[in-house]
Amino acid sequence: MSKVETILRQNRDSGRGTLVGYFPAGYPTLDDSVAAFVAMAKNGCDILEVGVPYSDPVMDGLVIQQATEKALANGFRLSETFEVIRKVREQVDTPMLVMSYWNPVLRYGVDNFAQALEDSGAQGMITPDLIPDEGASWIDAATKRDLDHVFLVAPSSSDARVKANSAASQGFVYSVSTMGITGERANLDQLARQVVGKVKDLGTAPTCVGVGISSAEQVREVNSYADGAIVGTAFVKAYESGGLEGLTEKTRELARGLG
Amino acid sequence: MTPKLSAQVGPYFGQFGGRFVPEPLIAALDELDATYQAARKDESFTNELAQLHLEYTGRPSIITEAKRFAAQFGDIRVFLKREDLNHTGSHKINNVMGQALLAKRMGKKRIIAETGAGQHGVASATAAAYFGLDCVVYMGEVDTERQALNVARMKLLGAEVVAVTTGSRTLKDAINEALRDWVANVDSTHYLLGTVAGPHPFPTMVRDFHSVIGKESKEQMLALTGRLPDAIAACVGGGSNAIGIFHAFLDDEAVQLWGFEAAGDGIDTPHHAATLNRGVPGVLHGAMSYMLQDADGQTSESHSISAGLDYPGVGPEHSWLKDLGRANYFGITDAQAMDAMKLMSQTEGIIPAIETAHALAGMEHLSKVLPKGAHVLVNLSGRGDKDMETAGRYFGLI
Repeated sequence: MSKVETILRQNRDSGRGTLVGYFPAGYPTLDDSVAAFVAMAKNGCDILEVGVPYSDPVMDGLVIQQATEKALANGFRLSETFEVIRKVREQVDTPMLVMSYWNPVLRYGVDNFAQALEDSGAQGMITPDLIPDEGASWIDAATKRDLDHVFLVAPSSSDARVKANSAASQGFVYSVSTMGITGERANLDQLARQVVGKVKDLGTAPTCVGVGISSAEQVREVNSYADGAIVGTAFVKAYESGGLEGLTEKTRELARGLG
Repeated sequence: MTPKLSAQVGPYFGQFGGRFVPEPLIAALDELDATYQAARKDESFTNELAQLHLEYTGRPSIITEAKRFAAQFGDIRVFLKREDLNHTGSHKINNVMGQALLAKRMGKKRIIAETGAGQHGVASATAAAYFGLDCVVYMGEVDTERQALNVARMKLLGAEVVAVTTGSRTLKDAINEALRDWVANVDSTHYLLGTVAGPHPFPTMVRDFHSVIGKESKEQMLALTGRLPDAIAACVGGGSNAIGIFHAFLDDEAVQLWGFEAAGDGIDTPHHAATLNRGVPGVLHGAMSYMLQDADGQTSESHSISAGLDYPGVGPEHSWLKDLGRANYFGITDAQAMDAMKLMSQTEGIIPAIETAHALAGMEHLSKVLPKGAHVLVNLSGRGDKDMETAGRYFGLI
């Protein structure tokens, strides 16, 4: 069983729940992002999501858009994603999943990208704009190396699509909490429970909920019905306003929502 | 028997096309595809659209032979398909009326659109006013400045215009922002995409709505000259007017198809939008197609004096036609386009949009490669009124 899935199942069985933390690689610089991931891992994140800055991030809200734009403006190169992962891996064992839009992967070469993920010590990848229907090359490359391949399900997904996307995923299924882009929401939709319920009913892969989570209370709530809570925007905002210390504090705060 | 090129429908055109979008949008694309598939076979829909084109759009558009213009290029005859005479001043209205009817069928009360030059935004705002729909138009901040008059038109028509300040602040970023809006509001909202790019079913559906241009042209040219033209020319940004006039001729092998893209400062400089000549296949805005990108797969910024061609991607069907060798794509610089704009204005009394002027500038190249006496049909896709500020400054008139 994949390392990510093992952790999700253990944390659920122990009643702790799981906190998945997103941060953009190379933001604001390569070394800063390494320090950020290490701080997140040491202060309560069970799984790290390494975001690849991309010029056209259609699934992201303004906070992450501006952060990744800044990383690119500071000269971030795609291959540095793997350097970030290697450097974080030297310091912590926390599993890492890359989150990348599809074109950078395509340009790098799907098989080459999978190999680089494996070589650097990452566990797999989340693909926000690649549906399994278009993802045969990635699924093949990942399966060959036992890398996790995480696809999305949404409140709008038909039952048939929830089933297909869950079956195509390894590691976990990414349940989009609400119909919208990344960013904080005061109230998480009832929709999140519904979509998670559909995935759970299938009894195949675990599922984590992302989009809109920013408080310990929300982390607790999500973990009461799903296998993990994914937080991105709140971490990037905390880093923007309070640097590494602010990020550390935010991680501790959100981890208090775990059991 | 080889399948007809014109029979090709999405999701794929060879290796191009597809649906590379976040999962939350898939249900909306499925709904749109199903609605469109049902509508195109439903006479009440096709009749209603045809009636709208007759009474509102002003179709069929006429063909004008540009004799004094053609004389500048030696021994060729140039025929203009006058999409500039459509209501709102460009071909964009063909697609907009079709999609607005579909939005009504889906029970959606709000439409959103992206716009570069403002032509599609104006057409969308017009359709929204006509059908009583709410309308939000996303437009890159750079474009709201160079197309201020069109911003005012959209607002007068009752649309909200949102200036997009992220990324390169042009058409590409306006599409990103429209996609973000759509993800969040998909139940109430139809995304009225304005070109033959984007995820399936947009490339096929938008092409079908514009294919009326080629269908009319074919009959008109036969009536006018007794034969098919030797070549067809159109400007290509996303590629909607080009595919609209090409489509009826795809299987007429003797008819050459020429797309003219924006070469900006020059095709060998970093400042151009010549996607088909200088791009490589990749995924942008939901489809696999040629696109301008760097070695890391980051989208490159395009450049063109024409806001409507200033786009680093292109519709997947054009990528397919290029790789098949069925259509030729050629770069026209800003300076060549502006010269052609002036020439058309002063020889024919027709002020073309700067986008369209790229196709007109292509006559110099075509006059060299086509046989003497060749007939060239040009899609005069839009009028230039919206470009008067750019042209006025370029030519030192204001």
